[in-house]
Amino acid sequence: MNKVTTLENAMKRVTDGMTIMLGGFANVGTPELLVEAVVAKGVKDLTVVCLDAGLPGKGAGKLINARAIKKYITSHVGLNPEFSRQKCSEQPETVLVPQGTLAERIRAGGAGIGGFLTPTGVGTLVEEGKQKLTLNGKDYLLELPLKGDVALVKAYRADKAGNLVFRKSARNFNPLIATACEYVIVEAEQIEDVGVIDPDQVMLSGVFVDAIIQG
Amino acid sequence: MAEQNGREMIARRIAKEFKDGDIVNLGIGLPTLVANYLPEGVEILLHSENGFIGLGTVPPPGEEDKDLINAGNQFATVVPGASFFDSATSFTIVRGGHIDVTVLGTLEVDREGNIANYIIPGKMMPGMGGAMDMVVGAKKVIIATDHLDKHGNPKILKKCRLPLTAVGEADLIVTDMAVIERTGEGLVLKEIAPGLTVEEVVKNTEAELIVNGSVKTIEV
Repeated sequence: MNKVTTLENAMKRVTDGMTIMLGGFANVGTPELLVEAVVAKGVKDLTVVCLDAGLPGKGAGKLINARAIKKYITSHVGLNPEFSRQKCSEQPETVLVPQGTLAERIRAGGAGIGGFLTPTGVGTLVEEGKQKLTLNGKDYLLELPLKGDVALVKAYRADKAGNLVFRKSARNFNPLIATACEYVIVEAEQIEDVGVIDPDQVMLSGVFVDAIIQG
Repeated sequence: MAEQNGREMIARRIAKEFKDGDIVNLGIGLPTLVANYLPEGVEILLHSENGFIGLGTVPPPGEEDKDLINAGNQFATVVPGASFFDSATSFTIVRGGHIDVTVLGTLEVDREGNIANYIIPGKMMPGMGGAMDMVVGAKKVIIATDHLDKHGNPKILKKCRLPLTAVGEADLIVTDMAVIERTGEGLVLKEIAPGLTVEEVVKNTEAELIVNGSVKTIEV
């Protein structure tokens, strides 16, 4: 079993109009080579799910500058002023989701859960268009799962079977998006032979991973 | 009021609210200062929403780690006993009531404890990030804010006018003028800054303040 491949091979699965999930928090834990390869391929009309809009010209910011995104599902775009500077007609349709709700929607998507109830957002703009339920006297919003076509994941170490280790705050959304997408591409700083990583130290099982490229 | 002194007083006063062993989340800006003034014998662990507990100080120049930042996108360090986790776990900690205290700034707060701190329609729309989850999930929500906005208008209102971050979640409001507690009856004026009178604080607060017999001077 060897999931290590070339960037070119991994990108064959990326096409116009698909939903891509991208790891990273303020660009820490963002697979920069994979994002650049998506931009280079010139795909359009993507739906992108990413915690933030990256930093100017970095991470998701590259996809934004390339006008590759049709719809952006995110929690915070404040670190990238280039995002809000784009003309309204050029800005992707943006859906703002509370961070915890975004994480849990992706988790639900990857875990086969049909939705969940959260108190976050009750009484705010977030509840618009959502079903509100009252259980034991407390109000909740029904939030639905998120799934994607391709996940772009950054890992610290990978073995050739796709078992992953993340490092410090670069873990963030990476293991979540890997569970919720049809095809999962990992950019790993170190690639090891199968068996080198202690199974007890694996943070994401290789079962979720399809392709690995050297970061 | 000298702004710097006001901010330091707010931070020092809020630090007295912590108990030894508390898990605390501090918002960006003024709330971050609170960690500098912990009372003797009180150790807390700071939660960083991007995926760890045990946030430490800013690293010295040259010792930054590309994989370690705080939620405000500054390089960070961790203290002994820290732990890292993914974002779903981070917000399990937040939403699940495992944060003892959160301290955050606000644009507006009102007599029902409603908080508006993430959006000014048409002007500032960065997104809510983790703020909505944080104020809903933390056991105690402390608002750290200037009493007046930069135009001199009250920030403690009868009813918030900006879109809300959460309904009825503010527990304690600490400003450069006063310490105000939200109760079932409304906002109770507990303490005032040195040199101010109760009347001056009431005049600078749009929401009605309940004044019981004993209003103390803020001690820091």
